[in-house]
Amino acid sequence: MTKGAEQNTQAAPLLDRSDERVKHAEGIGGSVRAFWDRVRSGDLGSLPVVVGLAIIWTVFQSLNPVFLAPNNLVNLLFDCSTVGVIALGIVCILIVGEIDLSVGSVSGFASALVGVLWVNQGWPVSIAILAALLFGALIGALYAVLFNRFGMPSFVATLAGLLSILGLQLYLLGSTGSINLPYEAPLVNFGQLLVMPDPVSYALAALPGIVMFVLGYRTAARRREAGLSPQPLSSLLLRPVVVTVVLEFIVYYLNLDRGIPWMFGLFVGLVVVMNYALTRTKWGRQMLAVGGNREAARRAGINVRFIYMTAFVLCSSLAAAGGILSAARLASASQQAGTGDVNLNAIAAAVIGGTSLFGGRGSAYSALLGIIVIQSIASGLTLLDLSSSLRYMITGAVLAIAVIVDSLARRSRASHGRA
Amino acid sequence: MDRTQDLRDTRELVLSLRGISKHFGAVSALTDIDLDVHAGEVVALVGDNGAGKSTLVKILAGVHQPSSGSITFRDKPVTLADPSAALGLGIATVFQDLALCENLDVVANIFLGRELSPYRLDEVSMELKAWTLLNELSARIPSVREPVASLSGGQRQTVAIARSLLLEPKLILLDEPTAALGVAQTAEVLDLIERVRDRGLGVIMISHNMEDVRAVADRIVVLRLGRNNGVFEPDASNQELVSAITGAANNSVSRRASRRQAQSGQAPAPERRP
Repeated sequence: MTKGAEQNTQAAPLLDRSDERVKHAEGIGGSVRAFWDRVRSGDLGSLPVVVGLAIIWTVFQSLNPVFLAPNNLVNLLFDCSTVGVIALGIVCILIVGEIDLSVGSVSGFASALVGVLWVNQGWPVSIAILAALLFGALIGALYAVLFNRFGMPSFVATLAGLLSILGLQLYLLGSTGSINLPYEAPLVNFGQLLVMPDPVSYALAALPGIVMFVLGYRTAARRREAGLSPQPLSSLLLRPVVVTVVLEFIVYYLNLDRGIPWMFGLFVGLVVVMNYALTRTKWGRQMLAVGGNREAARRAGINVRFIYMTAFVLCSSLAAAGGILSAARLASASQQAGTGDVNLNAIAAAVIGGTSLFGGRGSAYSALLGIIVIQSIASGLTLLDLSSSLRYMITGAVLAIAVIVDSLARRSRASHGRA
Repeated sequence: MDRTQDLRDTRELVLSLRGISKHFGAVSALTDIDLDVHAGEVVALVGDNGAGKSTLVKILAGVHQPSSGSITFRDKPVTLADPSAALGLGIATVFQDLALCENLDVVANIFLGRELSPYRLDEVSMELKAWTLLNELSARIPSVREPVASLSGGQRQTVAIARSLLLEPKLILLDEPTAALGVAQTAEVLDLIERVRDRGLGVIMISHNMEDVRAVADRIVVLRLGRNNGVFEPDASNQELVSAITGAANNSVSRRASRRQAQSGQAPAPERRP
């Protein structure tokens, strides 16, 4: 601290460093210490999920050496993308402090709708997909109206939706029960086979680091100009380098087998867009404000009803998108689509990834991290040839643990004076 | 006396209420209220529970509309149809519960609903403006990048006041700004109110705390049962104020004071709270 204070008094004092009571992280060592302090006070971020993932992978790898083989991991990524997109919608709705329990049914109905319109009715596949997405948006809008106008708790409204839309799905599929999608169709290829060419995947893996550094550098320059403390160059460089090395290694490892699925690329793309929208736009700021303190948001002139509307619509639309992807993955639209553990897996993924059930805290990346955990468990248990009964129990236990960690961290944050 | 008289002569009349009444069904919350606020003046609004202070503030904030009467703001007759109309004219309100989002940082709270460049938030400009506002108030906020949950009550009050200054209002309404604060924090907020006044803003402050009122107010306006019940200078005695607030010289506060006086044989401290 004293060193930093000396530097500041020698040069013109920086606006945000004029108060000598506050500790400021200096250099890389300082950043690490600040991170540790945050964790100790309950601001865990994505730490629990990374630790959890390490444990899960170690256990399954020791039980079955095929688990971490590139081939299995590529399959894992294919499976992640479908429920992952649904989990991304759940992140949206959890951030405003509400819940959507019908995402499974919506995804199942969307896949059935695509099957019926495309295969049975002979519509162009793009129109069928658009219709399914539109249906999802409509359902979300309906929930929002029920919530905004009638004050119906989202828990109840979406529980009613879960059953009604499941009924709609069964009705639509009628007596046949399931529709097979043509194997040679591009949609099915996208869901089952298409992977990025090696050079493309390496280039895309290098992109985040470059963008991170360029944006960070420009922000630091602007802050210096404005008389605010800029981020030091060392930590500005450290994160992009680490991220790039990790990503390039993952890509290299997966390219030993088939490579990165395009479907996973789509999922990650959606996550990145959502992350930008939540952190860098007015809309995202207002989502977090509504989730944190609805009354304060209303008095600040935020259109709270509109924010709820966008959250519900996004959640249901992404659920429909996830349903279409899973139809492509399975090459069929069946009565079982979207039932069983899809609902809970999507919600569990968002919570395990670090989005709070209590609203006001969360990030798009929690969907990505959380779904990798959930699918790792599912994949590992499948490799061990365990029945689905055991799989349900274990996934349920993991969800319970995640919520306990969330609650404990919340309590610790409260006692350490962090939101 | 002289000072406030000067003020009223030289300073711009920011707000002038004439004959404001408000009925909720059969209940008259306010009857024929007159109130003037000048630039650079702190007007304290005092009164018992149910005297109509909060109703008056809500009318000025645009939350309620008056049943009758006229509002003149900076020499123009205005109607305050909703909160954003009041904000747009330059009337800012700091509510008693502050209405801050604890999960967001100080910058996000100050700019809540008024973020710069909506599709690519301009964090640097917002942080700069936040520091400028806070420094103008000589606020002691350790970091504007910490969530508001980590701030003390006085610091939160500072953030709420800084937020109300963002749109450069002419008049600022403070509803019980010191109610939830400790001794040191109260002093800080009172300093803050004086700094806001010195910037040439009109300030209306609701408070139950006579000590605080006397410390910063240039005029004390007493409401009783929805009516004007006297305007006092800050050097008015506690007895005068209390009898204006309760409406009688023989009231529970004075009875209690005389009882204690009889017990101890001493005059009660003049600044004792009612």
